[in-house]
Amino acid sequence: MVRIIGFFVGLAFVGMVFISFFVNIADYVANPPEETAEHEFHKHPKEVHFASDGPFGHFDNQQLQRGFQVYKEVCAACHGLTLVSFRDLAALGYEEPEIKAIADQWAIQVPSVNADTGEAATRKAIPADRFPSPYPNEVAARAANNNALPPDLSLIAKAREGGAAYTYSLLTGYQRQPAELVHKFPAAKTPQGLYYNPYFPNLNLAMPPPLTAEGQVTYADGTRASVDQMAKDVSAFLVWTAEPKLQNRRTAGFAVVIFLLIGTILGYLAYRQIWAEAKRKVRVTGPLEAESQAKAQAAKDDQGVAG
Amino acid sequence: MSFAWAKQYEPKHPLARWFDERLPLPRLVHGAIGGGYPVPRNLNYFWNFGVLAGIFLTIQIVTGIVLAMWYYSSVDGAFNSVEHIMRDVNAGWLLRYAHANGASFFFIVTYIHIFRSLFYGSYKAPRELVWMLGLVIYLLMMATAFMGYVLPWGQMSYWGAQVITGFFSAIPVVGEPLRIFLLGGYVPDQASLTRFFSLHYLLPFVIAGVVILHIWALHIPGSSNPTGVDVRDEKDTLPFHPFYTAKDGWFAGLVILIYCLFLFFMPNALGHPDNYIPANPLATPVHIVPEWYFLPFYAILKAFTVDFILPAKLWGVLAMFGSILLLFFLTWLDRSPVRSGHYRPIFKRFFWLLVADVLLLGWAGGRVASPVVVAVSQLATAYYFAHFLIILPLISRFEKPLPLPNSITESVLHGEKAESAPLGSKGRRDGSQAAPATAG
Repeated sequence: MVRIIGFFVGLAFVGMVFISFFVNIADYVANPPEETAEHEFHKHPKEVHFASDGPFGHFDNQQLQRGFQVYKEVCAACHGLTLVSFRDLAALGYEEPEIKAIADQWAIQVPSVNADTGEAATRKAIPADRFPSPYPNEVAARAANNNALPPDLSLIAKAREGGAAYTYSLLTGYQRQPAELVHKFPAAKTPQGLYYNPYFPNLNLAMPPPLTAEGQVTYADGTRASVDQMAKDVSAFLVWTAEPKLQNRRTAGFAVVIFLLIGTILGYLAYRQIWAEAKRKVRVTGPLEAESQAKAQAAKDDQGVAG
Repeated sequence: MSFAWAKQYEPKHPLARWFDERLPLPRLVHGAIGGGYPVPRNLNYFWNFGVLAGIFLTIQIVTGIVLAMWYYSSVDGAFNSVEHIMRDVNAGWLLRYAHANGASFFFIVTYIHIFRSLFYGSYKAPRELVWMLGLVIYLLMMATAFMGYVLPWGQMSYWGAQVITGFFSAIPVVGEPLRIFLLGGYVPDQASLTRFFSLHYLLPFVIAGVVILHIWALHIPGSSNPTGVDVRDEKDTLPFHPFYTAKDGWFAGLVILIYCLFLFFMPNALGHPDNYIPANPLATPVHIVPEWYFLPFYAILKAFTVDFILPAKLWGVLAMFGSILLLFFLTWLDRSPVRSGHYRPIFKRFFWLLVADVLLLGWAGGRVASPVVVAVSQLATAYYFAHFLIILPLISRFEKPLPLPNSITESVLHGEKAESAPLGSKGRRDGSQAAPATAG
């Protein structure tokens, strides 16, 4: 009964999915999907190497400090970093007084309450504060940016396919729209107020090119601030903001893996020893058991008698 | 329960006897996972995955309880509380990554465990209830994992909740009110998040309860084995402890090692980047996908694209639930008395086709639904249903199985020449032929 019902249920599903299959094929043949500009011109992130890559990678604090400087002087005008606190900068090698000064002189103040009147006010940031958002709310952010919302950058390196390579490629990938693209897909021409960037999923980005000229930032450590260098440094910095515990994780990981490896090898050896016993026991019915030997002897004797 | 030759618990220490007379807990443990549980001596490594699933359930419960001490189930605070755990809580990153990757590994070992049962006919008499309880555990796991994925309240959390609860609205008449009832509103919101958190905390303990029933039901007939031949006498078995505790022990170490490689060195490899974007009800992600372990079902859901008698969406939802429900009837669909796939030449080929088919469904489920991907998922879906509902019953009718060994012991000897060969000719461990020279 179950098999008969099952058979018909099976036929129903298989038949139905085949109907869908043939309708789908017919539809595909009748209206082949049109090629899109995104499909043809979107590029995968560039190959780029960071000090923190790979299981043995370490953050390069010099680079992170330069990246922080780029964030502070360029990105922070529009993008928040609201999951990171000023005190976290200690991990980049900043001393406590430096962090205090950075928080104190931060261009945007922290929302607070006037102690006398209870009215909304702002105050200077302290190390315990998170980086304040450049806009009081989403409406203000959109109003200031041609209705586009600059995303918070705290997690950007984990929230985009390609991670740091993506942010680096995006920052260095602005270019003129290829004439070929406009010729082939006139509808995909970059609209007024957007910027062509083949690393952005839909090719046209509301963010104007943020890093435009060499020396836009004057690095404290004297490194030449080419656009490529700044893009790389700020991308490295954003890896840190997305995963500040990266190094602790890997250090702990090596200890755990070595510990488990030793434990597993010991466990395996113990297993071999315990089972060696079991495998010998299997020979209970083997030809060398007294029982089997007696039988073999008996057979021989029989043969002897017969012969 | 179990076999006549199972060793009784004999307390050695007077204190143990005192305890055992009042509460026979040590006796229970001894009979369940100790020297008192005889297990077929020929189990291969596929039999380790049940214990592994238990280990990962434990890891999930322990890390989950601690995470819940820090997690804040509010639509405004959930995302930030998870980031607080990642950044500021001591070893919080360890807990969260252990929990997120633990879910993936729980599913990996469970899938291997399920396919083990499919190949070795572990769903056949007398283990039908073991199989069905296992499926109940699997369904509970799916519900728990889905609700857990909603908790961080990222983009994929939110839109996954939207899509999955949307299945219910495919049911005629009651569907839409049912969806609203389950969500506690028209769209996923505070009411949904709070109830998902509550249920996500509850269900693992329900799973643990069903696991106890699953093991209890298993211990009545005892474990199955790769030959599928019943245990005859004591020679066919070994006590669980120390033999299988040792085998499970080292193998668990190996799997946990692989799990730790993910946890510490690529913790986000099995996740989706979009879940690091806070939930935004106004911005639909370009490509909504569930977690990897649901992808085959997602492909089945999307394979039905034509309204015919019933709306396409309802066909998809019926097929998706049907694809799991049909497994409950497997015992009656596959009537072959031979359990092990090793002795079933035709079944064996179709089994591997099914494995390839499910992998293909998983691939199709994760891709953007282009016409080619949809066509692949449709063919794979057709095979999935045909395999269980049409091919399997037919195989069991027409297939001629290979001869079975007389006993487990015989099959063990058959496979181990070195063990069964006479002493004089028993070559060296490496199997070289140099032995006779030294013997002379």
